[in-house]
Amino acid sequence: MLRFFAVFVLVCGLLTPALAQESVVNPRAETGGAQTLDDIMRRQSQQKVDDEFRRSETGDPEAAAPITAPLGTRGGQSISDMWRGLRYDTADVSTQSRGPASTTLIQDGGMWWLKFREGPLLIYGAALLGGTLLLLALFYLIRGRIRIQGEKTGRTITRFSGLERFGHWLLASSFIILGLTGLISLFGRKVLIPAFGHDAFSTLAIATKWLHNNVSWAFMIALVIIFLFWVAHNIPNRTDLVWLSKGGGIIGSGHPPAEKFNAGQKIIFWSVIILGTSISVSGLSLLFPFEFNMFGATFAKLNDWGITGLVGLEPLHYPLTPQEEMQYAQLWHAIVSLVLTAIIFAHIYIGSVGMEGAFEAMGTGEVEEQWAREHHSLWVEEVQEAEVHQSKEA
Amino acid sequence: MKAFLLALVALAAITVGVNLILVAIDFSAKEAWASTGNVRLDD
Repeated sequence: MLRFFAVFVLVCGLLTPALAQESVVNPRAETGGAQTLDDIMRRQSQQKVDDEFRRSETGDPEAAAPITAPLGTRGGQSISDMWRGLRYDTADVSTQSRGPASTTLIQDGGMWWLKFREGPLLIYGAALLGGTLLLLALFYLIRGRIRIQGEKTGRTITRFSGLERFGHWLLASSFIILGLTGLISLFGRKVLIPAFGHDAFSTLAIATKWLHNNVSWAFMIALVIIFLFWVAHNIPNRTDLVWLSKGGGIIGSGHPPAEKFNAGQKIIFWSVIILGTSISVSGLSLLFPFEFNMFGATFAKLNDWGITGLVGLEPLHYPLTPQEEMQYAQLWHAIVSLVLTAIIFAHIYIGSVGMEGAFEAMGTGEVEEQWAREHHSLWVEEVQEAEVHQSKEA
Repeated sequence: MKAFLLALVALAAITVGVNLILVAIDFSAKEAWASTGNVRLDD
């Protein structure tokens, strides 16, 4: 008997660590499957919480006890089960409104967007624009205005036609209005409301939204105009490699040869076309909410192709709720716009205070011949050859 | 300068024109949410 007792104690002793291990594997055993204090603490400190354990705990009306049975009137789904179903978007919701997002009553994934929009997006956005302006100011202080080095000839060459300049200024003026109104929308709640109050900001916000929504069409039309006018001149070639290797004239002496558009201008052109198109598409998605769902489909493709795994990321969240589509579109629209604005700051700098003779290209369309020889030598040769050819024909 | 001024005029015309067209065809975000056509009262 004593031997049996000794074996029993030994077996119990051996099982204890196994049971302890079990409780580690299932940390919610002690709460009967509900969330633990650790879950709550992690959520409060903004850490990721694995909520898979309760995501599916949404009850089962089919498994309800008969109504005649004890407590049968409770049904198979408790109120907590119902709210979990709404929170994790698995409940079968029927609403009077037929709007596309009307059946998502709780959008559990929206808080990260709100926090990102109010925090890092504003901080890094302001740092990007402020940093770019600072760098340009430093460059100006160090390098000064880039002057026309040779003697001015007094003769001019037509650089851009009236139509080209019209397209450029339509794009530029709409971009400036969109940029300003976009920044007011982005920074309004955090910066302008504390400074001017809700009433003043409300009027400004209504005007800003109207302008931003409607001026956007002029931007999109102008984007198409400048693409059609200048795409042929902006195809990259070997001349651009030489230009880039000399930093556009900053490295070494003299100006590297360039065609109508040098490599720097080509970078600006393609940035405007690619980023501007991306901003336009995401803007259209915001302008007509829930009509274009681009991000869910893109995420699914990236997951299928394994691209997220290649860069060491977990698969992207899919499918997205209609609200999430809008949130991603808003972030994309804002981030790409901020990047393009920083690039345009550099473009405005070099086209105005940064370089003597550059503004005339878009101001009057006529540039000093010496300026053209220094900055676009190959283009000047082309123009003069064409003139000779024309005069021979005449 | 003429091109710049013309661009500003075009900008204003496009901005106001597009808004008038969108309002005239009732294509607005508000319509997707608040119009009676999007509300079902029978089920």
